[in-house]
Amino acid sequence: MAVKVIIPTPLRAYAGKRHSAEFKAATVGEALGHLTTQFSELRKHLFTDDGKLRSFVNVYVNDEDIRYLAKENTPTKDGDTISIIPSIAGGCDPLHSSRCCF
Amino acid sequence: MPENASIAISDQLTEKIGQHGVETYPHECCGALLGHDSGGVNPDSLREVLGLHPLVNRRDDSPRNRFSVTAEDVRDAERAAQQQGLEVIGWYHSHPDHPARPSDYDREHAWPWYSYIIVSVNGGVAQDMTSWRLKDDRQEFSPEAIEVRRHTAA
Repeated sequence: MAVKVIIPTPLRAYAGKRHSAEFKAATVGEALGHLTTQFSELRKHLFTDDGKLRSFVNVYVNDEDIRYLAKENTPTKDGDTISIIPSIAGGCDPLHSSRCCF
Repeated sequence: MPENASIAISDQLTEKIGQHGVETYPHECCGALLGHDSGGVNPDSLREVLGLHPLVNRRDDSPRNRFSVTAEDVRDAERAAQQQGLEVIGWYHSHPDHPARPSDYDREHAWPWYSYIIVSVNGGVAQDMTSWRLKDDRQEFSPEAIEVRRHTAA
C-alpha cells in the first residue's frame, strides 16, 4: 500500500502522461517531493523558485484541503489519495495596459 | 506544446464568449473551454472546443482587471465536461478596454497545456479574440491560431 497522487490534466505531459503515481510517504510534502524527484519537470509548475507551493496549486488529501490541515506537513497513511487541483487566475493590468509578456 | 498549435471552435461558441464578456462588462468574465485534445504532440493533433462552462468571476475586490476561478469551480467544470464525454482543455476570460493579449499577471498564474482564450471588450463591444498556451519554461505564452468553424445545426 502507498499514497496515490492524482496528477491534473495540464501536468500529465510532464509525468509520462500518467494520471497518477504512488509513493510511500508519511506526509504530503514527502509525497510531492517523491513526485517531483521522479518527474523533475513538474517542479517548476508546482513550486516557486524558493520551494513554496504556488498560490494557484491546491492540494487535497481525500478531499480535505491541506491549507486547513497541516499544509505540507499533513500526515498521510497507506491508501490516502492526494489530489492536485488547479485554480485559475489572470486578467489585464491597468498599470501596464500596453505591455505584454512576450 | 506542439509547434504551430491551433484550436478549433465554432462561430456560435466564439459569439457566446463575446456575449459573456459584454454581459459582465466592465468586469472580466471567465469560463472553461470543454472539448477534446487528440494528443497535442504530433502536427496532425487537433484541439477542439465543443462546449463552454461559464463561471462567476470570484474576484469581488478587483473584477475590472482580474478574474479568479476557485479549485471548486475547476472541479465543477471537470464534472460538467465528464458528463458530456469531454475534458477541460482551457479557459477563457475577457479584457475590458484592454487588448486581447496576456498580461504578466496572466502568465504568472497560468498552467501549461491549457488553452487561454482572451476576448477584448472595448466600450462594451466584443472585439478581438486570441488564444495562447504557456511555454514549458513558464517564461512566456505562445500564440495559438484560432480556427473558427461555421456552426451547422445537427
